[in-house]
Amino acid sequence: MKYYINEINKNGTIAVDDTILIKDIPATAGSKMLENFTPLFSAEVVERLEKEGYEISGKTNVGEFGLDLLGETTYFADAEDNGAIKNAAATLVSESKVKAAIGVDLNGAPRRAAAVSGVSFIKPTYGTVSRYGVIACACSGEQIGVTAADAQSVKDVLAVIAGHDDKDGTSLPDEKYEYSLTEDVSSMKLCVINELYDKASDEVKAKIDAYIKALEEKGATVERISLDLVFAAQTAWQILLSAETTNNLSRFDGVKYGYRTPQYKNIDELYVKSRTEAFGFLTKATIIYGSDVLAKGKYEACYDKSLRLRRVIIDKVKEVLSSYNAIITPPCSKLSFEKYDLSDAFKKVYDESLYTAIPSITGLPAMVNGGVQLIADSFKESTLLSIAHSVEKKEA
Amino acid sequence: MKYELVIGLETHVELSTDSKLFCSCGGHSSPKEPNDCVCPACCGMPGMLPVTNKHAIELAVKAGFMLNCKINQYTTFDKKSYYYPDLPASYQTTQWFNPICVEGSVDINGRKIGIKQIHLEEDAGKLVHDEATNTSFVDYNRTSVPLIEIVTKPDFRSSDEVIAYLKKLKSSLQFAGISECEEGAMRCDVNISVRPEGSTEFGVRSEIKNMSSLSDIKDTIEFEKVRHVDAIERHTEILVQETRRWDDVKRRTFPMRNKETAADYRYFPDPNVMPIVIDDAWLEEIRKSMPATADEKTKYYEDMGIAAKEAAVLASDRKLCEVFDAVVASGCSAKTVASWILTECMGIMKRLEITSLDISADKLARIITLVESGEITRAAGKKVLSAVFEKDVQVDAFCEENNLNQKIDEGFILDTVKKTIADNDKIVADYKGGKTKAMQALFGLIMRELKGNGDPAVIRTLLETELNK
Repeated sequence: MKYYINEINKNGTIAVDDTILIKDIPATAGSKMLENFTPLFSAEVVERLEKEGYEISGKTNVGEFGLDLLGETTYFADAEDNGAIKNAAATLVSESKVKAAIGVDLNGAPRRAAAVSGVSFIKPTYGTVSRYGVIACACSGEQIGVTAADAQSVKDVLAVIAGHDDKDGTSLPDEKYEYSLTEDVSSMKLCVINELYDKASDEVKAKIDAYIKALEEKGATVERISLDLVFAAQTAWQILLSAETTNNLSRFDGVKYGYRTPQYKNIDELYVKSRTEAFGFLTKATIIYGSDVLAKGKYEACYDKSLRLRRVIIDKVKEVLSSYNAIITPPCSKLSFEKYDLSDAFKKVYDESLYTAIPSITGLPAMVNGGVQLIADSFKESTLLSIAHSVEKKEA
Repeated sequence: MKYELVIGLETHVELSTDSKLFCSCGGHSSPKEPNDCVCPACCGMPGMLPVTNKHAIELAVKAGFMLNCKINQYTTFDKKSYYYPDLPASYQTTQWFNPICVEGSVDINGRKIGIKQIHLEEDAGKLVHDEATNTSFVDYNRTSVPLIEIVTKPDFRSSDEVIAYLKKLKSSLQFAGISECEEGAMRCDVNISVRPEGSTEFGVRSEIKNMSSLSDIKDTIEFEKVRHVDAIERHTEILVQETRRWDDVKRRTFPMRNKETAADYRYFPDPNVMPIVIDDAWLEEIRKSMPATADEKTKYYEDMGIAAKEAAVLASDRKLCEVFDAVVASGCSAKTVASWILTECMGIMKRLEITSLDISADKLARIITLVESGEITRAAGKKVLSAVFEKDVQVDAFCEENNLNQKIDEGFILDTVKKTIADNDKIVADYKGGKTKAMQALFGLIMRELKGNGDPAVIRTLLETELNK
């Protein structure tokens, strides 16, 4: 099966991305570094799904460590897959091979994949779904989310995986979350961020226009606003993400598990060769960038300033969301990407992250549906689901 | 010119928690085999998240109270990155930006030593090198074991002050149940510089890493003082700020490789460990659970009538205090108990090379009661005590088996006296011939026969009576 890098159960209904651990099933995170790594325990979300009777169908491919928004950099890509494997989870869902897929939204990759494949994805409020069992990169922003064909299926699976987990120190205290599809959309006020809309391709703009039209027909109001903090959010998130990734991936050193270079003279060479041989270009670039922003003399200007900016951005976006039920933005610049030289990956991914950075850096819930991205205030997943559900009904 | 030493200490102490700092692994204080107290979290496996040990927070706060610190009621954890095989995640979680305790002080020999801060952090693992196969093995039992690092200001002016501080620190930490401070569990980095007496500037500083023996620390400081003063006065070398290590065979310090010291640790806040907020109620709860300090304990013992010097020795060691308090509580007089612990117990401990008073207070109390009531002699008491130390024997059973109980044996003593007289005609004849010293010879023989157990006064009376019959 070309979408799976590890097929587990033909009767399964849920796919799990390869940065999420399942006990005794290899977990590669799309990296040569973990080609032969088998975890000793399952992620909390997997335990919850299995407890509720869901069967896991298999592990789906991801861009290396989920860093790759464009999905080009997985070590396990197959040229003949023609790109399908890059968005494996979203493709599986769009072809109805699984009911839903769970995956880690680190840098927006599953959001973008959902837009490209015409399915839905929700990234819930940071702290509502346990990250226990995620091969981590940027712990302060990454969050497990759900890909499914429609809002109803997204809601069903999200309700199972969300809730407090003692094993994750950042997990919020509520044991359970109730989600609804039936909030009244007719009285809602939404806004579109000009800075992002204007930069998107016509194809993406058309999706947004259609979505707005559908909402207005329901009686909702949609306004346009300017929010130039989106550019600061892009840069600050790149800095935070890279720094945390540098630190989290430093555990992959060839000493304990994962790839070890066959030839080395001493411990330093073991580290350098193992990491050089096993990490892909984008991962290396991210590590170097992340080391730099944490270095003595740069910390205050880069990392510390980004942390402060995060606070400012959260406050500002929440202020917008006090006047609007949700924000509408393009989830990506365009719906298809021509092949590019992988040595450009860092720049390409950074450019594309302009569209995905706000939910990542703020921890606010976001949903991709009908080719648009919706952002709501903390714990307002039901608003996102209700909007999506009402637009889907229109389409049907 | 006269020079004065300027010394600051960073002391790492292992906390007495049941589990590690960020996972529930336990048993690390007495592991049976390498890597038998580890889990995916403290092995640095991907997917694991830290969960902070509340008890470690409380013990660090206690240490702060003990050293008169200000407690940061909002305290955070940070990641310190470096590559070494004994550090499985390639980062150590520590407190760089908001340490849990700051701005304290402690009184040492009448001078105030400032405490800059106390912070919590994880320990690293251990590498074991096998020379025979040229292989290195790694043992993660110690990874993520909670430590506090106590950082003083550069306020020490002599090695004696440093040693007095470390001794006081150790006994106070033991008292408060913060750390067992077992051999090697307290490790110091010593920062040393010298300056002309009266100067307020600081000299060039050396940092001597990872010291644990008090005598080595003293020797290190004295060695560095001479080295620094020679460099300044006689230009033997150019002093540079550097990290050095003590060679305990060559008895001198050497610079460490530059590579080990020039690291940039890239500290940043750990996003997985939520800031710890210690509210007033929690703080008060911890304050209430503080035991008496060594100083308070000394005063308390003096009030019981124990001499100042003895009281201080007792109060300096938690085990001595525990046994003393328990034996006194069972009804023995404080002075008598102090004498038994400080003279008899410590004498036996010295002979057996034991450093900690690990005997049952009930047994010591029983021995003291038997001796005080005259049921056994003090010599017999010491004998039982030795046996308790060596084989943990039962006191009463041991006395019976070894005929130590002098009251029951009065008939036995009389028989021995009679038998000795009957067996030693010549000495008896000497005595009767007027040699009074012969009586002493007979007494000695009887004591030997009784293995020193009889009451001497009783034996003497019986012997005189029998001889004069």
